[in-house]
Amino acid sequence: MNKMTPFHDVYSLISSEFLVAFRHRYEALNPLLFFVLVCLLFPLGIGPSPQLLNTIAPGIIWAAALLAILMSLSNVFRTEYDDGRLELMVLANHSLVLLTTIKLLAHWCLNVLPLILLSPIIASALGMSFDVQITLILSLLLGTPVLLLVGTTVSTLTLVIPQNGMLLALLVLPLYVPVLIFGTSAVNATAAGMSAAGPLYVLAALCVLSLTLSPFAIVSAIKIGVSQ
Amino acid sequence: MMKWLHTMASSAWFYRFSGKMIPWLMGIFGVLFLVGLYGGLVAAPADYQQGDAFRIIYIHVPAAWMSLFIYIVMAVYGFIALVWRIKLAEVLLISSAPIGAAFTFLALVTGSLWGKPMWGTWWSWDARLTSELLLLFLYWGVIGLYAAIEDKRTASRAVSILTLIGVVNIPIIHYSVEWWNTLHQGSSVTLTDKPSMATEMLIPLLVMATAFKVYYAISLLIRTRAELVEREPNSKWLKQVIEENNHE
Amino acid sequence: MSEFLYMGGYAFHVWTSYALAFVVLLINILGPSLRHKKKLQRACDIQQLNEIQSNDT
Repeated sequence: MNKMTPFHDVYSLISSEFLVAFRHRYEALNPLLFFVLVCLLFPLGIGPSPQLLNTIAPGIIWAAALLAILMSLSNVFRTEYDDGRLELMVLANHSLVLLTTIKLLAHWCLNVLPLILLSPIIASALGMSFDVQITLILSLLLGTPVLLLVGTTVSTLTLVIPQNGMLLALLVLPLYVPVLIFGTSAVNATAAGMSAAGPLYVLAALCVLSLTLSPFAIVSAIKIGVSQ
Repeated sequence: MMKWLHTMASSAWFYRFSGKMIPWLMGIFGVLFLVGLYGGLVAAPADYQQGDAFRIIYIHVPAAWMSLFIYIVMAVYGFIALVWRIKLAEVLLISSAPIGAAFTFLALVTGSLWGKPMWGTWWSWDARLTSELLLLFLYWGVIGLYAAIEDKRTASRAVSILTLIGVVNIPIIHYSVEWWNTLHQGSSVTLTDKPSMATEMLIPLLVMATAFKVYYAISLLIRTRAELVEREPNSKWLKQVIEENNHE
Repeated sequence: MSEFLYMGGYAFHVWTSYALAFVVLLINILGPSLRHKKKLQRACDIQQLNEIQSNDT
């Protein structure tokens, strides 16, 4: 094919990402399983009182989603860093920012989207009513990209450190908590009968901010890690 | 102008300049601190509602102001370090982090000690306290990330990016008392409006705040000097300094 | 004087805060000063070692 338009670039990148993910499709189940397990533990541990569960359900679901994303962060560039493909990517002619954006888009679709699609079922199991679930899904749709993007930025900063598990959690925690608070306050607002517009707008702003700025930060971090 | 800026960015100049500045800064700090202590503990009248417990304000509020101020300064250093690759900015950034963490810790603990008699609880998960706690974790994260990466120039660049990302937390802390219904009281002292505090109570507060700023400069200079010595043991300027020390 | 120390019943809270502030401020000057001296000593040793090495070659 002689006509290598940018569209072909993007298409081939996306399709290769999905192909690789399909070959490791059972890995994509990990965050999902973790999410379900964490959500299951709370009714089992706290007791089945419907009012109590209904009150804390937004927090449980949001915290479980946050933890699941945190767990999947170490996979984003780790294998490429370890076998040297990351250096090739930096040296290649393609825009690294574009590559990063697409990689993260694919990662979100495969690891996070199933989680969001499953959340209404979990939410019903925890006694959440339908209109509150809508806000929940909306808040997750806006908030999880922020979590993924900011988390990936920090995890690429720690690529040079071999055992970075707990350090990564410490580093992202202060950045994740505001997103968590806005997400849960949106859902709680709907549950209390008020408008969730405020927190949702803030989440949307954070989403746009991270979508536009994070890829550049991630590319800087990759270049720092690769220059080692 | 550029030549002057480049001179300022050199380790040699900075080491000598800071060596001369530190004694003066210590003197200024000593005076301000003592004046602030006297003003806060003795001169200021006891509060109508809170009695003498309100005197904690003269530690708690300046410490909290410093915790925010230092982080913003660190973000500026980080920006300079990333954009212009100035080594001195990198060293200033990482030297500021422990000082910022210390002030944040102080603000949290004195806040706890003040909250117990006033609100009846050592801690509350309200917006301002929680976001200040997150600030402490941000500082610890910066220190931890720098320590975990072997090559210190890579570590500095990583930490600069991390600091810049964390700057988002600063407006959240500052505006938390406006955005949410919090237990913590709102702003009594702002840059724009008249303060809602009596003058005799306000002056020691501002004096202590200035004292803490001078203190930050002192601690920062000492730490930066130590870090510069560690980073450049074989440099010419250091050789000269050591010779001068030996001749004394 | 004792009224000053008593702080209207809040003695523990007020004096602990001020004592803690004093300790934090002291540590953050003494600690770095000591570390600076140690690092200067170490740099001196490194430079002396380098001189000896370059004299040998």
